[in-house]
Amino acid sequence: MADLDAFRADVRDWLEANCPEEMRQPIQDEEDVVWGGRTFNFTEPQKLWLDRMAGKGWTVPEWPVEYGGGGLDKAHAKVLREEMRKIGARAPVQSFGIWMLGPALLKYGTHEQKLEHLPKIARGEIRWAQGYSEPNAGSDLAALMTKCEDKGDHYLVNGQKIWTSYADKADWIFVLVRTDFQAPKHEGISFILVDMDQPGVTTKPIKLISGKSPFCETFFDDARAEKHNLVGELNKGWTVAKYLLTHEREMIGGMGSGAMRPMGDVAVQQVGLNEHGMLADPILRADVVRAEIDGLAFMSTMERVADEAKAGQGTGANSSMLKYYGTELNKRRMELMMDSAGSSGLEWDADEDVARMWLRSKGNSIEGGTSEVQLNIIAKRILELPSA
Amino acid sequence: MAMVLNEEAGMLKDAARGYLKASAPVSQLRKLRDSGSEDGFDRKTWADMAEMGWTGVLVPEAHGGVEMGHVAAGVIAEEMGRTLTASPYISTAIMGATALSRFGSDGQKSEWLPRIAAGEAITALAADEGRKHNPSRVAVSAERSGNGFKLNGRKTFVAEGHVADMLIVSARTAGSENEAEGITLFLVPRDAAGVTVERKDTVDSRHAADIVLDNVDVTADAVLGEVDNGLGALEAVLDAGRAGLSAEMSGSAQQCLDSTVGYLKERKQFGQIIGTFQALQHRAAHLYSEVELGKSIVLKALQTLDAAPDHAAMMVSAAKAKLGQVAQLAAREGVQMHGGMGMTDEFDIGFYMKRVRVAEALYGDANYHADKFARMRKY
Ligand SMILES: Cc1cc2nc3c(=O)[nH]c(=O)nc-3n(C[C@H](O)[C@H](O)[C@H](O)COP(=O)(O)OP(=O)(O)OC[C@H]3O[C@@H](n4cnc5c(N)ncnc54)[C@H](O)[C@@H]3O)c2cc1C
Repeated sequence: MADLDAFRADVRDWLEANCPEEMRQPIQDEEDVVWGGRTFNFTEPQKLWLDRMAGKGWTVPEWPVEYGGGGLDKAHAKVLREEMRKIGARAPVQSFGIWMLGPALLKYGTHEQKLEHLPKIARGEIRWAQGYSEPNAGSDLAALMTKCEDKGDHYLVNGQKIWTSYADKADWIFVLVRTDFQAPKHEGISFILVDMDQPGVTTKPIKLISGKSPFCETFFDDARAEKHNLVGELNKGWTVAKYLLTHEREMIGGMGSGAMRPMGDVAVQQVGLNEHGMLADPILRADVVRAEIDGLAFMSTMERVADEAKAGQGTGANSSMLKYYGTELNKRRMELMMDSAGSSGLEWDADEDVARMWLRSKGNSIEGGTSEVQLNIIAKRILELPSA
Repeated sequence: MAMVLNEEAGMLKDAARGYLKASAPVSQLRKLRDSGSEDGFDRKTWADMAEMGWTGVLVPEAHGGVEMGHVAAGVIAEEMGRTLTASPYISTAIMGATALSRFGSDGQKSEWLPRIAAGEAITALAADEGRKHNPSRVAVSAERSGNGFKLNGRKTFVAEGHVADMLIVSARTAGSENEAEGITLFLVPRDAAGVTVERKDTVDSRHAADIVLDNVDVTADAVLGEVDNGLGALEAVLDAGRAGLSAEMSGSAQQCLDSTVGYLKERKQFGQIIGTFQALQHRAAHLYSEVELGKSIVLKALQTLDAAPDHAAMMVSAAKAKLGQVAQLAAREGVQMHGGMGMTDEFDIGFYMKRVRVAEALYGDANYHADKFARMRKY
């Protein structure tokens, strides 16, 4: 504990000295989010903050030092997060590399693969995309057909991915490909890393109901992948894919919970109080308070599941429960934001872009595996109900 | 604080589960009901609980208890919720012990706490006077008379009031019926002259009582805590009980889920196990998620009661509001997915539905606590 207290004091001093003022302001819009990568337009404070944090290994505090991380254990990493939150410090970089590929490489990658890819993720130099879904392989992901052939000294990839988030801005993509068309569908899949900076890889943005185009179709036409970039064994990619998905699910499930302003505060600001000091819309008040209580229960559950995992208890499939509940809760919260905002929420391109956030939230229970798929997983893995 | 049980609490949980399953399962409650038991609980089981230290779980060691705290107290309540074991545990070992150890005078502590820990005294909280829980609504009067007070009025739906040796009564020493100020808590022996206990059967096959106070004389020593300023203490005692009931409901909800999932794996229709139907799988999986959230918020509330009892009100209300809903959902879904079997008295699931309905209402239902939570959040 003494060690943690000393660490906390050091962290506090260092953050105070090194976190630029601009990086302590709340995130207003997408421009404020740093994704990194070859083509990313950093503002000066963003770059400074990223470089300083990366220098300490604190963009990925729990990764090993040799791969660009901070080598912190969970308790120390928590202290760092808490101290950052205290001064409102923004994440220096966020990315699919950090949330998804990193954990998968740490578990299944070779030492050389880790050395090649992880430090670049940690420093925000390479931005990754996730090439899982295909037009005919969504919930039934293992039905994927993107073909990958062994060409002796390299692999050749042909096929199409869809819903690839930020593929048009990404530098590399981790791709699920079929390497055996004869084997049962889960046993012919491999996990491979592809540099997108080549003519064989093209992307085409898709416009969403929110009016933005955060995801793309991604086409592979005789794209080249290096042999040493196959992660895990050939035809054993499904294991890697599933492991990565549990990380993705926890991340998406948790996204809506902590960082946001409490729903009650938003509602009070928008709707106001009546003469009894109660939210002026009594039915909305009931919905808001239920959502806040569920939010507390959900946050306690995230904490408990993490602590149980640390203590070697609980079940890994709980990531599906967190994904399911967290995203449904977030959608509920966004509906309440719209209810609270009234006509101001109906303005397109208003200052506070509630409408786009509301629309975007609908994707939470689809991306990373739909709510229905999560319920299937809970039923099968946790409740052990038989399949038809 | 880590959201897992420490070793001590984990062992207590295993021990409680083992004992209750073997010695006080739902069949015990059924037997008590069918034999028309006036106590509504089994005295031998209660003595065993005392023997195991459960009645002293919140009693300081100096007064003969084991003082393990609210998390431990909740672990026991949760296991009782699984087996629907009827006993004055929450009213006595949780609420009585909290009232006396936190607010009692030295004399009151040494008089009552050792007897609570030994399972020799049962206490009940007589707070409500109307159909809906409202601790600041107090019309029962306590007028000064000589060195003491004279109590008059009626308390309703007093859990374990029918078997209590000592009643903790909220009465008005000043102010008007709905005022927060002017409430005082009194320790009233049940055999005091002028106390009438009207036993009622409740829907959960247990009992409660209305307590009529007719010119009941108590001395100044009977005051628990401060005169005119008892609402804070009353709320603290209630919060301990609310958290205990939430833990109990969490256990009941888990048991409903377990038996329902068990039934889904065994019952066949249309030539297949009904658990293969996705409509039922999704309902069960949703219920699982709700039950998990319930467990977490209960643990949070119990931990807060141990770590910062004066700042636990919000977490306790959140827990009571959440579990009131979760436990009822579990019971409703349980009955539905058992089909006609779920409607039979022979099958246990109905006992759960009835008990969680009572536990939900006791000391504030889900609506009450959602409203209280919103008030504390200033909206
Ligand atoms: C915002 C967003 C970002 C995304 N980003 C990426 C990305 O970066 N990379 C990537 O690879 N993919 C991405 N996806 C794709 C996402 O993973 C898929 O959309 C998702 O897996 C569902 O597949 P689908 O769209 O084909 O829907 P379908 O599988 O066709 O589902 C249609 C409906 O049927 C239901 N359904 C399907 N199967 C079952 C079943 N067995 N039981 C019950 N119901 C079922 C679904 O729940 C859904 O309601 C993204 C999606 C969104 C919305």
